[in-house]
Amino acid sequence: MATETEVRTDVEVVDLASTPLRELNRRLHAVHGDPSAPRSWRVLNPNGAHAVACGLDAEIEVEIEGHVGYYCAGMNKLASVRVHGNAGTGVAENLMSGTVVVHGSASQSAGATGRGGLLVVQGDAAARCGISMKGIDIVVRGSIGHMSAFMAQRGCLVVAGDAGDALGDSIYEARLYLRGSVAALGADCVEKELRDEHVAELTALLGRAGFDDLDPADFRRYGSARQLYNFKIDNAGAY
Amino acid sequence: MIETQPGTTNGASGSSWHPGLRESYLYDRNVIAEIQRAAREGIYDIRGFGAKRYVPHFDDLLFLGASISRYPLEGYRERCGTDVVLGTRFAKRPLELKIPVTIAGMSFGALSAPAKEALGRGATEVGTSTTTGDGGMTDEERLHSETLVYQLLPSRYGMNPDDLRRADAIEIVVGQGAKPGGGGMLLGHKISDRVAQMRDLPKGIDQRSACRHPDWTGPDDLEIKIHELREITEWEKPIFVKVGATRTYYDVQLAVKAGADVIVLDGMQGGTAATQDVFIEHVGIPTLPATRRAVDALQELDMHRKVHLVVSGGIRTGADVAKALALGADAVSIGTAALIAMGDNSPEYEEQYRQIGSSAGFYDDWHAGRDPVGISTQEDELAARFDPVLGGRKIANYLRVLTLEAQTLARACGHTHVHNLEPEDMVALTIEAAAMARVPLAGTDWIPGL
Repeated sequence: MATETEVRTDVEVVDLASTPLRELNRRLHAVHGDPSAPRSWRVLNPNGAHAVACGLDAEIEVEIEGHVGYYCAGMNKLASVRVHGNAGTGVAENLMSGTVVVHGSASQSAGATGRGGLLVVQGDAAARCGISMKGIDIVVRGSIGHMSAFMAQRGCLVVAGDAGDALGDSIYEARLYLRGSVAALGADCVEKELRDEHVAELTALLGRAGFDDLDPADFRRYGSARQLYNFKIDNAGAY
Repeated sequence: MIETQPGTTNGASGSSWHPGLRESYLYDRNVIAEIQRAAREGIYDIRGFGAKRYVPHFDDLLFLGASISRYPLEGYRERCGTDVVLGTRFAKRPLELKIPVTIAGMSFGALSAPAKEALGRGATEVGTSTTTGDGGMTDEERLHSETLVYQLLPSRYGMNPDDLRRADAIEIVVGQGAKPGGGGMLLGHKISDRVAQMRDLPKGIDQRSACRHPDWTGPDDLEIKIHELREITEWEKPIFVKVGATRTYYDVQLAVKAGADVIVLDGMQGGTAATQDVFIEHVGIPTLPATRRAVDALQELDMHRKVHLVVSGGIRTGADVAKALALGADAVSIGTAALIAMGDNSPEYEEQYRQIGSSAGFYDDWHAGRDPVGISTQEDELAARFDPVLGGRKIANYLRVLTLEAQTLARACGHTHVHNLEPEDMVALTIEAAAMARVPLAGTDWIPGL
C-alpha cells in the first residue's frame, strides 16, 4: 500500500461499463492535494460518454480507451489526457494547462476558449476549432472546419491540413499556422510574414505535438490585421 | 442619443417655445438630434442604462388589499416571511437567501472595482446574493460577497475552474433583457490594464463579446453543458440559466428540459453597460408579460416552485418586487436600481454631469468610462471617488426598503409570507396590462383574451 511520500506507479483502471461517470470524475478530482493517490489512470469503455475526465487539477495521466462525447477534459489543469478514439464537441474546452491528445478526430469547438496547455488532434477537427481561444496551443494533424479561430484572442493554432471557410474571423492576437489551403479568411484575418521567430515557435509546437516529420517552412502564418479593433464607420461592411 | 434635454419634455415646452410653434410627434427634437448625430458620426448610438420608452409595467397593476372577504395582517407585528431558497432541483447546496431580492450580473470592466465591492457588501449585509458579469470574478468581489453567483457567458472572459468551485452558484447567460440575441460590448476607454489582463485582450480595443456560446448550440447541447459544469463542481452548485425575454414560454420550457435549477428572466427594461440604442429600445418584451409567460411554462410542466424563477428588468420598488412575486416569481434581481442606489445620476453630481454634456437624471453614457460618481468607470481617479463601504451601506438600506415595502403589501393582502402573494391579489389599470398579466381590469371581472 502506498504511503504519503511514495509516488504511485501502478495504473488505476476504471471501467465505465460498470462504474458511473460521477464516480470516475469524483475519484479523479480527489487526486488534487492527495500525493498518495494514483498518478496513472486508464478508462475503459467510455462509449461516447460526455464530460469524461473534466475539471482535473493534478499532474496525472489519463488514458481513455475509446470514443468520448462532449467536453472531454474540459477546464483541466495540469493533467495529461489521451483519447484513443474520436472526441465529441468541445474537447479540452477552456483548458487551463496540461495536455490533451486525441488520437482520432475531434468534433466542433475543439479547444474552445482554452486559456493554456496543449491540445493535439491527430485526425481532423471540425468547425469552430479554437474558437475564442485565450492562450491554449492547438496542433491538428489533419484539417479543420469553418469558423475556426473565430475571435481567437491568444495562443497558436497549427494545422497541417486545410482550413474551412472564415478562418480567424474577428481574430485578436492569436497566431495561426496553416500548411494547406484555406477556403476563405474571415474578417480582419490576413496572411503575415513567417519570420524566424515564428519558425522557431512552430518548430517547438510541432515537436511538442510529436509531429517532427513536418517541415515548418511549409506553413503559412495568419493573424489579425488589427483594422477592426476600434469601431470605424468606414469598416462597417467588414463587420 | 435620443434624450430629452434637461428641464424640457418631448412636448412643446422649453425656453425657446412660444405659441404657434408646433413640434412634430414623429420628428420631435430627440429624433432630429439622433438623425443628425448619426449623419455626423456615422455609427449607431451606443449607450448604457435600459429602455427609456414607455412599456406596460408593474405600475399598471394594483393590489387588492384585504377587507371583509380576506383579512390583513398587522403591519408591524405579525410575521411575514421573506426568505427564499433557490436551486433545490439538483444542486447539493441550494442558495438560502433571507430576502427575495438579489443583485444582477454586472461586470468588472463595466463597473469599477469599488462599485463591485459595494454590491457584495450590501448584498451580504442583508443576506442575499450578488452576481459576477462578463469579465470574470475579482478577489474583491468574492471576498465581500457571502453568496456569489458566477456567470458563464459566451465570451468566457476570465472563466476558470477555480472560480467555478469558489462560486456559490453558476449562471449560464444565454441572453439579457437589454439585448436578447446580442453580445456584450466594452469600449476601448474602459479596457484598462487589469481588465485587459482578465479578459486576455489587448488594452484599449473596442471589445465585442460573442452572442452565442462557443461550445454549445440549442437545448440538447445545453443539457450536456450543464452536466459538465455539475461534474466539475461535484453537483454542489445550483445552475441558473439566464434568458432575455422574447419567446419566453418556449425558452423557459427548454431551460427546464436542459436541467436548470433556476431560470433568470430579464425583461426588456433590463439595464446594460453598453448596447446599441436601437437594440435596447426595439428588441425583447417587457418584464410584465414575460413573467406571466414564464410562470405559464413552469406550471404546464408542473415545475413551478421546483425550478425557481428570478425576474429582472425594471425592478425599482417594493411594489415591483411584490407584483413580480404575486405573478409567480420566486425572487427578483436588480441592476440599474442598484447603481442608482449607490449614487448614479444623483443631483449631487450635477455640475460634473454637465461638464461631460449630460445631467443628473439623464446620464446614460455608462460605456464612456467618465462616470463622475466612480461607478461605471475604469479610471482610477474617478473610481477613487466612490466609497465602497458607504456604497455597500446604501445598497443594504435600499434592499431593506424594497423588502419592507414588499412585506407591507403582502401583509395588507393577508399573507404571512411574500411568496403567498398571488395573481388574484391584483387587478390591472389598463387593458394591455390586464391581458399581459392575466388579471382583471380594475372594477371588472374582465380579463382580455379569456
